[in-house]
Amino acid sequence: MKITDEVIEHIAHLARLEFEGDKKVTIKEDMERIISFIEKLQELDTENVEPLIFMSDEVNVLREDVAVDTLTQEQALSNAPKKDSDYFRIPKVLG
Amino acid sequence: MMDLRTFADVKAKLTNGSSLVDIVQVYLGKIQENQDLNAFLEVFETSALEQAKRIDQKRAEGKAGRLTGMVIGLKDNICFKDHKISASSKILEGFTSLYSATAVERLLAEDAIIIGRLNCDEFAMGSSNENSAFGPVKNPLNKDLVPGGSSGGSAAAVASGMCTAALGSDTGGSIRQPASFTGTFGSKPTYGRISRYGLIAYASSFDQIGPFTNSLEDNALLMEIMAGKDEMDSTSSSKPVDDYSSLVPVGKNTIAVIEDCLNHTGIAADVKAKMDETIEALKEAGHTIKMVRFPYLDYMVPAYYVLTTAEASSNLSRFDGVHFGHRSMEAQGVEQTYKKSRSEGFGPEVQRRIMAGTFVLSQGYYDAYYTKAQKVRAVLKNKTDEILKSADFILMPTTPSSAFAIGGVSDPIQMYLQDIFTVHANLTGNPAISLPIGKDKKGLPFGVQIMARNFEEKAMFNFSQSILELRANSIQPLSKNN
Repeated sequence: MKITDEVIEHIAHLARLEFEGDKKVTIKEDMERIISFIEKLQELDTENVEPLIFMSDEVNVLREDVAVDTLTQEQALSNAPKKDSDYFRIPKVLG
Repeated sequence: MMDLRTFADVKAKLTNGSSLVDIVQVYLGKIQENQDLNAFLEVFETSALEQAKRIDQKRAEGKAGRLTGMVIGLKDNICFKDHKISASSKILEGFTSLYSATAVERLLAEDAIIIGRLNCDEFAMGSSNENSAFGPVKNPLNKDLVPGGSSGGSAAAVASGMCTAALGSDTGGSIRQPASFTGTFGSKPTYGRISRYGLIAYASSFDQIGPFTNSLEDNALLMEIMAGKDEMDSTSSSKPVDDYSSLVPVGKNTIAVIEDCLNHTGIAADVKAKMDETIEALKEAGHTIKMVRFPYLDYMVPAYYVLTTAEASSNLSRFDGVHFGHRSMEAQGVEQTYKKSRSEGFGPEVQRRIMAGTFVLSQGYYDAYYTKAQKVRAVLKNKTDEILKSADFILMPTTPSSAFAIGGVSDPIQMYLQDIFTVHANLTGNPAISLPIGKDKKGLPFGVQIMARNFEEKAMFNFSQSILELRANSIQPLSKNN
């Protein structure tokens, strides 16, 4: 399957990744090879086969809906790349 | 100084009057000696020695748990509270776990000591440990070779005696393949047998935590202690856990051998010969061998690849540069923060898999690839269940060959095919173990793999014991002086 620049740009945007220059050429080639590799699946007859979605036999695993403090605010913020005393900080959104 | 390869070695030393602090010191010495392997990303020296002192106190009071003396390394994707974890990725460099994985909690509750975190392929994506952002791991048996992956650091650490055991995670063979390449024991339980809480997710319907050890007993014991229902993982099974570690002898079994595996073109002559030899020995011992067809070998890695990349693309969307992990300094605005942080933070193989996974889930391709792969998964599971109706176990090689050279496999698709015999158990959810069965002409170890029915870990370990007894004369103990 031929992968166009537009497809790469579209998928990269969905994945929130960026590929420019050589990296874009490489990922395009890789994607073409990977897609021809997985194309193999089309050979197998799966008519009337239901997709296997859940691997666990457990059904309706429920628990009481009780509020529990699992982390303090300080802990939750502790790994943030940028924060203030109460919040995660992100770059300015509105001009 | 005497090597402490197994829990039995440690217990003997404790009986002779050593303290746990002495035991930890032995391992710290070994870690120091083997630094060039690049197996440990971080040694938790201070906390390991504190744990040792605390458990020495409990021993004095006669209150110490079942794993007293067991010193364990963790793959760098399994959380240990207040310790760093990175999944061998730049994107998580500097991240500190806020809680411990349930598997780790259960080991700690039995007084195991955690000695450090072990290198692996970034986000467990790889078969050679060459995809780590912190450099490749070397195989302790020959430093020009890979230890296998993705749990390569765990395998190397156990094979070289830097800890009594290590935890890995297995999504497509990431425990069993490195176990094969390093002459260690590595197992993955049935999907849902060990809680995934605190394991950094790669592909959630495939991932399982499991142990690496230098003995079958240690492997069974760790599996037994980690297994069981956990309310923090709703996919964990509520079935009761058997006493795997008792290793009671089994009677005569029926063992299925997949012809398509034995006749696979990629299989090395020495591996094939050892398989044939093992089959003959099993027959002589009175077991029944049943040759079966499984005409899906060429579909397994593609199906595995579609489903795991799809799940990975979803799981790894949480790395956004906002709440934790790397944030690009160049980014302006929210969208650039996401894109630049992720593009700078993830390595090439992780980006490749996120792209492939996003593609197979995208509009227009979802049914053709993702749903199709789920249907293929159903076909594989049905056929495997059918084989295991008339046989107790499936026997196959763990890997087509022994360890390959660092830099020896550069093509991504050739690398994916390294997992050809191991992805089976993850696609179908069955428990499987790799046992060191022999060495090839180059003197390198390789494993034999046993797959069992779901939740029949006990039978799997018992049958493993039978195989080891059969092979006792031909399995050379691995060199203790690596």
